[in-house]
Amino acid sequence: MAQLTEKARLMDSQDLNRVIRRIASEIVEHNKGTDNMILVGIHRRGVYLARRIQKMIEDDEHVKVPCGELDITLYRDDLTTLFEQPMVHSTRMPEDISGKAIFLVDDVIYTGRTVRAALEALVDLGRPSIVQLAVIIDRGHRELPIHADICGKNVPTKKSEVIEVRVEELDGKDEVVICERDAE
Amino acid sequence: MSAMPNEVAQLTWKHRNVIDLDNWTREELYFCLDQARHMENVMDRPIKKVPVLRGKMCVNLFFENSTRTRVSFELAEKMLSADVVNWSVSGSSTAKGETMRDTAWTLEAMGADIVVMRHGAVGAPQYLASKLKHGIVLNAGDGTHAHPTQALLDLYTAWKHLGTLEGKKIAIVGDVLHSRVARSDVLGFGTMGCDVVLSGPPTMMPREIEALGVRYEKDPKIAVKDADMVYLLRIQRERQQDGLFPSVDEYHRWWGADSELLTYAKPGALVMHPGPINRGVEIASEIADGHQSVILEQVRSGVAIRMALLYLCGGGAR
Repeated sequence: MAQLTEKARLMDSQDLNRVIRRIASEIVEHNKGTDNMILVGIHRRGVYLARRIQKMIEDDEHVKVPCGELDITLYRDDLTTLFEQPMVHSTRMPEDISGKAIFLVDDVIYTGRTVRAALEALVDLGRPSIVQLAVIIDRGHRELPIHADICGKNVPTKKSEVIEVRVEELDGKDEVVICERDAE
Repeated sequence: MSAMPNEVAQLTWKHRNVIDLDNWTREELYFCLDQARHMENVMDRPIKKVPVLRGKMCVNLFFENSTRTRVSFELAEKMLSADVVNWSVSGSSTAKGETMRDTAWTLEAMGADIVVMRHGAVGAPQYLASKLKHGIVLNAGDGTHAHPTQALLDLYTAWKHLGTLEGKKIAIVGDVLHSRVARSDVLGFGTMGCDVVLSGPPTMMPREIEALGVRYEKDPKIAVKDADMVYLLRIQRERQQDGLFPSVDEYHRWWGADSELLTYAKPGALVMHPGPINRGVEIASEIADGHQSVILEQVRSGVAIRMALLYLCGGGAR
């Protein structure tokens, strides 16, 4: 595995919190309210981000918002090229997703392949009325015709760079950093 | 079910083939059980299929009859979207004198990625694995040696109910001598840190069984005392002709599980059996159908654990 060197910090904890807050209100705006919607976090960091968005919407709107989690490992298109099997995580939906507005939440959109896999995984679980995508960072370099409906920040990157969205629940602190992959 | 831990540590999967559990660590066992838990989730969906083994060919190579194990593997393979070929011995080329080595090469020439093998001879899956260049082998039972997927599904079922298995007392009662299930379970539960006690007729105990790190108690009541789980092995009626026990009735009176025997175990202890069960021999109906029995749950666990193994061993690049 290549080592990563941190180059710059794009967001501190306050910045990240503001972005999540804005995404939360945009989701409610896109959905024209909080009816008939389910937030779905993509493993791993998307799950924690979706839970925070859920809490913000619930606090602001005084309603219960269902939140699920989606693991896309079994839907990846690159498994036959990997020598190590990635760990499968849980997929849990709070209720039947058919007929619901699904807001997928992930940390970074890059090639779009994760989202493609997530869409395939979703339609195996039911038939949502609409699916929208919310991400913290859009770093470009799409390889599929997929876009984010709600995006925290556009960050032009080189392919050799890596964006890390860190969340307190997993990483001990909230921040977004840009790293360079060291030459091996 | 609340007993299940939430997080299991990620690890790099090293086992290419699954022949036996003798070289598995506790961490690897838990990792496999955790992955099975997510696979079981797939079984509850309206569409019971994920595309992870799309394009992979699984051959179920059965030299002994076993409808249950084969169907369980076949379901697991299909839920992972693999292509499935069932190759059973009756009428196959082995009957015409083909050697195992030629069978291996034939399978490889056909493009088999994963071979699930059941054979009456100890070591047959290991031998097959050594002859395959690309394909991997999952042992579905070889002679009296090992039945690793059965032991894993037993561990999984026990883990779901008992939580962390360390320090739990497991009593295995029956024909240990002829049982690959018992051997693999002793290894599996032993690695998990369980206290494993065996019981059954002395004629059905392997010599020097203590070498596996277990105790033997002739009296099942002593073996079962305070056990968290009681595991009953299938008694094959043919063994009676071999003179290993006097009669089915006598076996049942001595070692069969009935409600009286269970009173010696912990209250609410699990009752498990690899199936198919002989009612009135190793297990009374009142126990097999009782609320402590998780025998049918074991069947379901089998599909989940096989999905996990197929994914972990057979999913990646070769």
